[in-house]
Amino acid sequence: MIRLNGINKSYITGNNKLHVLKGIDLHIKAGEFVSIMGSSGSGKSTLLNLLGILDEYDAGEYFLDNTLIRNQSETKAAGLRNQYIGFVFQSFNLISFKNAMENVALPLYYQNVNRKKRNRIAMDYLERMGLAEWAEHMPNELSGGQKQRIAIARALISKPKVLLADEPTGALDTTTSYEVMQILKEINSEGITIIIVTHENDISHMTNRIIHLKDGLIEHDLVNGKTG
Amino acid sequence: MFDTDKWQEIFSTIKKNKLRTFLTGFSVAWGIFMLMVLLGSGNGLQHGVEKEFESSATNTIWVWSGQTSLPYKGMKPGRNIQLVNEDYDAVKNTVKGIDKSSSRYNIWGTNTLSYKKQFGSFNVRNIYPDYGEIEKIKIIKGRYINQPDVDQFRKVTTISTQVEEALFKGEAPIGKYINVNGVPFKVVGTFTDEGNNGDDNMRLIYLPISTAQRVFSGDNRINTIALTVGNASVEESKKIEQDVKAKLAVLHKFDPADPRAIFTWNSLENYQKFMRLFSSIRLFIWIIGFGTIIAGIVGVSNIMMIVVKDRTKEIGIRKSMGATPWSIVSLILQEAVLITSFAGYFGLVLGVVVLETVGSKIESKFFSQPSVDLTVALYALALLVFSGALAGFIPARKAAAIKPIEALRDE
Repeated sequence: MIRLNGINKSYITGNNKLHVLKGIDLHIKAGEFVSIMGSSGSGKSTLLNLLGILDEYDAGEYFLDNTLIRNQSETKAAGLRNQYIGFVFQSFNLISFKNAMENVALPLYYQNVNRKKRNRIAMDYLERMGLAEWAEHMPNELSGGQKQRIAIARALISKPKVLLADEPTGALDTTTSYEVMQILKEINSEGITIIIVTHENDISHMTNRIIHLKDGLIEHDLVNGKTG
Repeated sequence: MFDTDKWQEIFSTIKKNKLRTFLTGFSVAWGIFMLMVLLGSGNGLQHGVEKEFESSATNTIWVWSGQTSLPYKGMKPGRNIQLVNEDYDAVKNTVKGIDKSSSRYNIWGTNTLSYKKQFGSFNVRNIYPDYGEIEKIKIIKGRYINQPDVDQFRKVTTISTQVEEALFKGEAPIGKYINVNGVPFKVVGTFTDEGNNGDDNMRLIYLPISTAQRVFSGDNRINTIALTVGNASVEESKKIEQDVKAKLAVLHKFDPADPRAIFTWNSLENYQKFMRLFSSIRLFIWIIGFGTIIAGIVGVSNIMMIVVKDRTKEIGIRKSMGATPWSIVSLILQEAVLITSFAGYFGLVLGVVVLETVGSKIESKFFSQPSVDLTVALYALALLVFSGALAGFIPARKAAAIKPIEALRDE
């Protein structure tokens, strides 16, 4: 599903060039549940952004579902994101002036699904998350766990192949974190590839594969606890 | 562009951001409102002045005499020039291009008019029948002075409705005799003459010039010559003015270049001067109005900038959901256009309402019928929609260029 060959990425801030990713080689098969770990500054978020086509890389190759992702136009990138990728963020990133249902339905708006239909589909997903009765509520009326479940529903509604989650439990307490991870596990069991970035060991141990990044390079790559 | 779903998206954004929408709309509505009021007032001013000119023909030349100021053929300056009937006849018969003409003889001092026990002080103008048309007098009852009156030295008068009221107190005036400085004149008509000098033109009566000169020992003296020049252009009208001056210079032996021997006032030239003045005032008003609109656009642009900043995160979220740059641009742009055109329309209507209600109550000498014509209003509206797009475009492009990661990092 995802293949990275010698990915390099630097940021230029003023006169300083910050080399964040220094040659990442990685292969993630369809249906894997992967966590990316590393201290801050190790490049894990940058890697996730590249995978999500939210950012460009400088050198190397990135194949998503056997399509080379490189220097595509913004419009093309938008299409690819919509088609392949669902995002879940640490800070939920719900649109504050839209209610739960409208937030969930948003990706379908960009697939030109009409309003009635996308709201109906959104209701289905909310039901799956056990949030049907919260459909009309605004994000600020919901708890962190509820918000993250809505964000997950939103990420899933476009039927992505890959779900990317940046510290999905970072803003949640332990119990809620485990609930969210449980939901992700269920989603994974339906065949969707999931990649999460986290710095919490217990969270990463709920995934099948743990990739440790250090200083822009892969330090360990453990599949089910063994070196892959 | 006319995707109803997108409109719904925009409407829901607007509905949930009322203050922002109001502030954006207000600056536009205010700009257009000011433009409407300015243009309306400009028109009001112009109508006012045009109305003033309506009270006498706009193609009139007035001629009156003064004192020579230049020596001429051995004669010292400072001679008084007295116009006489013969001057008028000579001008009338020799100068080409004159349409209507009349001389006027004034009786100096107070003139007491009386009827039965009522009396009052009024002016007396002694004229030829053409004078009525030169002054654009409106006859209310009876008739104006006519040629037989002049030819036969009839003792008749046409009086203003003001004089009628003062002397007759509701009694029918036609056929009655009033005393003018003790001499009885038969009333043949009443008139009104509004505008210009308003009251001055109403506090008077008209007598045939021939009768007046004979009765009030005016001999052959006249004070003023008034002529109209038909459809002459300003140049032709000035030529006629010069010809009249030249003719009088010969008759009275003064230097044709003498600026003080004969005075003239050319209303056509003045009218055109006024019209030129008004076109510059209009231009000025447009510049101010345009400035107001520009200020509105800058205001909208500013607010839209803030809006984009405000919505950076939302835009990031949308982009991560698969929103294309164009969809972001059109979202912001259409919102801006919608708000500006709606607010602009509101300002337009408000402007028209104010002009119609407040404007129509202001009836001053130089201000009447303030109005904005429909085409101007439509142009303004078009300008507005355009400016709305412009005001939205720069921030929208900025918004579309936002990198999703940066937007999402924006806490």
